[in-house]
Amino acid sequence: MVRRLGLVAGLLAGLILPGFFQPAAAEPPRRVLSMNLCTDQLAMMLAAPGQLVSVSYLAQDPTASAMADQAARLPVNHGLAEEIFLMRPDLVLAGAWSTPETIRLLKRLEIPVEMFPIETDIAGIRANIRRMGEVLGREAQAQAMLARFDADLARLADAPPGPRPRAALYMANGYSSGRDSLAGQIVDLAGFDNIADELGLPAGGTLALESLLLADPDLLIEGRRYDGHARAQEMLDHPALKALSRGRPAEVISDPDWICGTPFILRAVAGLRDARLALRDAP
Amino acid sequence: MNRQGLLFAGLSALVAALFLASLLTGPAGIGPGESLAALFRGGDDLLALVMRELRLPRAILGLMVGAALGMAGAVLQGFLRNPLAEPGLIGTSASAALGAVLAIQTGLSAAFPLGLPLAALAGAALSVLLVLMLAGPRGGTLALILAGIAISALAGAATSLVLNLSPNPFAINEIVFWMMGSLADRSMLHVWIAAPFMLLGFALLWPMRPALEALTLGEDAAASSGVHLGRLRLMLVAGIAALIGGATAVAGTVGFVGLVVPHVLRRAVGASPARLVPAAALGGAATVLAADIAVRWLAPGRDLKLGVLTALVGAPFFLHLILKTRREGL
Repeated sequence: MVRRLGLVAGLLAGLILPGFFQPAAAEPPRRVLSMNLCTDQLAMMLAAPGQLVSVSYLAQDPTASAMADQAARLPVNHGLAEEIFLMRPDLVLAGAWSTPETIRLLKRLEIPVEMFPIETDIAGIRANIRRMGEVLGREAQAQAMLARFDADLARLADAPPGPRPRAALYMANGYSSGRDSLAGQIVDLAGFDNIADELGLPAGGTLALESLLLADPDLLIEGRRYDGHARAQEMLDHPALKALSRGRPAEVISDPDWICGTPFILRAVAGLRDARLALRDAP
Repeated sequence: MNRQGLLFAGLSALVAALFLASLLTGPAGIGPGESLAALFRGGDDLLALVMRELRLPRAILGLMVGAALGMAGAVLQGFLRNPLAEPGLIGTSASAALGAVLAIQTGLSAAFPLGLPLAALAGAALSVLLVLMLAGPRGGTLALILAGIAISALAGAATSLVLNLSPNPFAINEIVFWMMGSLADRSMLHVWIAAPFMLLGFALLWPMRPALEALTLGEDAAASSGVHLGRLRLMLVAGIAALIGGATAVAGTVGFVGLVVPHVLRRAVGASPARLVPAAALGGAATVLAADIAVRWLAPGRDLKLGVLTALVGAPFFLHLILKTRREGL
């Protein structure tokens, strides 16, 4: 009840006192709230101590977040306008997939919202890092992070020119994706061609099991399994797929490093690069 | 060869042709000669793997599931003397699906592969008993359909609830599979777990044919010609449950096949319920095989559900049957 009153009061305040919560132009925000798993992680990497007041509940989930330990020290939000409002942020960080109704409501409450697009390539990741630095007033830290990222990337992306081994991403429901997706970029950076590109699924889509088998990939990258049973996952245990992966290397996607466009993708690239080197060394 | 012989020969040839076409249909687009050679060739190359582990089980399951649905529809219609009786409409399929989902989500099917069809069979048996109880032995049309709707809705809601509560984020997608049915990415394991139950169902329902014939004269006449109605009802429940339990456990709910197929073939078999049973089994197999080929042609790579096609054809047909039943004043 008290929370509801708070919301009503806030709505009124928002209507009566526009600009009340707006920070002064040059001043960096002091109470930043992030409501998206990916902005959570970039903000935790770049924010000044005490600047970030809340992250999304997903940031504490070790199966999805690469920074669950760090997030455990922060209060979480569930992306609901009411709870976000009551945390009194002076800046909200949201992703392109955040609920539009929530964003609209927050904007009506005169809370500044910064939306970050989904990163599907290195340029997108670099742009989001730079932008996070700008909105948090932490440009220098963002520059340093970018320099480190570029150096690490250059060290990992060392695939020799010429024909490359072919990898296939295969996730629940037979979903696969190619070069227009973040996962496809990781595969590409690690020095693999992607059969999803050969089969016309650059942005992702369903890959029939028989098409996968006949494409004969050198490396199979499987989606992670969730607890409990789902038919969508059953196909990862299909005898035909088992027969394909027999005597052939397979990697399993580890979600925290693959989901968000942060420097953590380089861990995924490094893992696949090792698989590529092992393939080369195998007889 | 008489007219009946021609009919059965024609239906068998159709099923054989569709079985072959099903084997040759797939996204990979390999030539027919090469595909069939790969099927019979030993060895472990990838094409042979595709043919033996993906296309063959899919075609076999299409045949078995279709035959089970067609036969179940013909027997139910004969026994209840009601042209609207069908495993999908009277809630048998939905209850079998609920049993299968419970077996999967509780881990029973992982611990014991036959747990899946057994649970589906239990669900199906329970619903047939319930329908017979609610609609009465004579199976009055209105009571039968209403009982079926109630059981279908209840089983469907319970299935959705169980899948909603699953810790797996993908489980929720499965609701569509259990309600609409699909044969995509099935394996030989599915053939082996479903086949014994379907064979049992065939074996139980096949000897019912003379009794179904006698029942056309009414229950009293049938009883006086030596038909034991109580035993017949027991065989019906067990046989339908085995057929539909086995089919639904591996392919989900495929509706309307058991309704449309017996109706289309009824005149061709001279309205004899006994001859309709094998004819509907063959016709059902042809229908499901054709629908499964069509879903792969219409929406390659999208796993369009079988039940979508059968309902698109079957539901208008159902409306037509209702109008006809009303005109005949039943």
